[in-house]
Amino acid sequence: MYEKYKIKQLSIFSENRPGRLAAMARAMMDEGINIYAFTIAEGAGYGVIRALVDQPERAFQKLSSMGVTVRYTDVLAVEMKDHPGGLYDAVSALAEEGINIEYSYAYSGKRCAVLFMRVEDSDVAAEKLLAKDVKLLELSQFT
Amino acid sequence: MAYLDKHIETMSREDLEKTQYRLLKTQVTRLYSSSPFYRARMREANISPEDIRCIQDITKLPFIHKQDLRDNYPEGMLSVPRRDLVRFHASSGTTGKPTIVCYTKNDIDTWTTSLARGLISAGLGPDDVIQVSNTYGLFSGGLGFHYAGERIGAAVVPASTGNTERQIELIQDLEVTAMAATPSYMLHLGEVAEKMGVSIKNDTKLKIGLLGGEPWSVKMRDRICEWLGVKGINCYGSSEMYGPMFTECSEQDGIHIWGDIAYAEILDQKTGEQVAPGERGELVLTMLQKEALPMIRYRVGDITEMDTEPCACGRTHPRLKRIFGRVDDMLIVRGINVFPSQVEHTLMSIPEVGDHFEIIVDRKGALDTMLIRVELKKEAFTDNIVQLMELREKIAYRLRGALNIGAAVELVEPDTLQRFEGKARRVIDRRDI
Repeated sequence: MYEKYKIKQLSIFSENRPGRLAAMARAMMDEGINIYAFTIAEGAGYGVIRALVDQPERAFQKLSSMGVTVRYTDVLAVEMKDHPGGLYDAVSALAEEGINIEYSYAYSGKRCAVLFMRVEDSDVAAEKLLAKDVKLLELSQFT
Repeated sequence: MAYLDKHIETMSREDLEKTQYRLLKTQVTRLYSSSPFYRARMREANISPEDIRCIQDITKLPFIHKQDLRDNYPEGMLSVPRRDLVRFHASSGTTGKPTIVCYTKNDIDTWTTSLARGLISAGLGPDDVIQVSNTYGLFSGGLGFHYAGERIGAAVVPASTGNTERQIELIQDLEVTAMAATPSYMLHLGEVAEKMGVSIKNDTKLKIGLLGGEPWSVKMRDRICEWLGVKGINCYGSSEMYGPMFTECSEQDGIHIWGDIAYAEILDQKTGEQVAPGERGELVLTMLQKEALPMIRYRVGDITEMDTEPCACGRTHPRLKRIFGRVDDMLIVRGINVFPSQVEHTLMSIPEVGDHFEIIVDRKGALDTMLIRVELKKEAFTDNIVQLMELREKIAYRLRGALNIGAAVELVEPDTLQRFEGKARRVIDRRDI
């Protein structure tokens, strides 16, 4: 029932070598795909690129056809007030409910600031956050 | 000039060949009657002990390969009653399982004699203190030098590997005069000593390095001599032979292969025929006195040249020039034999990775490093970086178990490592030895 809040993030396995990211960015440009948010997590000799785009399926197809290792990962998007205390309001609810964030990144968008987070169980987290009056966004709401 | 067995070490070529023939005949006769493995091999080749009428007839006998040891793991080639064994050692096999070697009391004695002759020929004796910095344990290197050192009356420091600072303290405090190690460890020790403010050349009594277990160049030997003031004596052997067996003498003009212990042939790799004297080829060794695990025409896999002229030291047995390379893809990393097939075998047991890989060997300072790059399977990719780290650690752990040596592991994208149509070239060796 919380499917609409599960944002399809692209997770990409990439070796740390020059030009790798440029090739992917170029492909997104060629396909007319807009990237909203983007982060790279560094492992040893490789990275995991995480990206939110306006057309996830199309991006997935394109990257796969290039031989890129890509998969979807569900993340939640929490609206934050773009002022001091905004982040605290969003994450304190999680702390109270004992929900652990695997990783997270933020973006200060046109309409509001958004905290993207990966949690172990998106349904449980969504339910608890909504019960605490935390506002979860759908993909269309922060574009 | 001191000798352990002067009569044997300086005997004429004619007498040596007579001795070799007698020993070979005895060995083959024994194996034909008591070793199911060798009897079957000889019957396949249509040979019986009666066909051996001079030492040159050895070429009628079939070869033994490392693969035979693996196929008969652990004890299928054992040629004495099990109760006669007094020790086991193991070396890395070409795939998952190690190669087991075993010894009778006489085998330990022959091994010790062989290396003890070498140590004396290199100028060592009861006044010396020999620090053995080869690994003690399943690897035969440590105990081999230990026994030989004691045999010649030297005092042995069983330091084994690791803890280099402590090793340097021991060299100073115990007035160590000789050290058994890999040449790269010798250089590493020199570097660590320098950092500690110790000059091996000026602050210690170390004069002789019993160095082997990995290929090394004349350039490295000269550096060890000039920088550390240590005379690098080239040592040779392998667990299948017994362990470290043969050394150069103080003339440093080739490794003396004691002809009453081993018969050496140098063969043309392609034809399998004996090469002309002094020509390069593949070394094949027959252990003439080995009891528990005899080696008849064992294809060692090293490429070398043989000099049959008597040495300036007075010893008459044939000498091996340097080892120029391998016939197979065996790598020697930090003195440990590594076969790419071992890596392949290990990776095949890990479902998250593909079967393409790359081994990159390099030398940082004096020590070898090994990096194994392996493709992560598409299905195994997870967004969770901790799980990817754990996978990498699991691969490194399994490889360490199989290779007996640590390797760094790098996960790479699927279908990115080079594909080969013919024989895969999976090893990139960047070492400048």
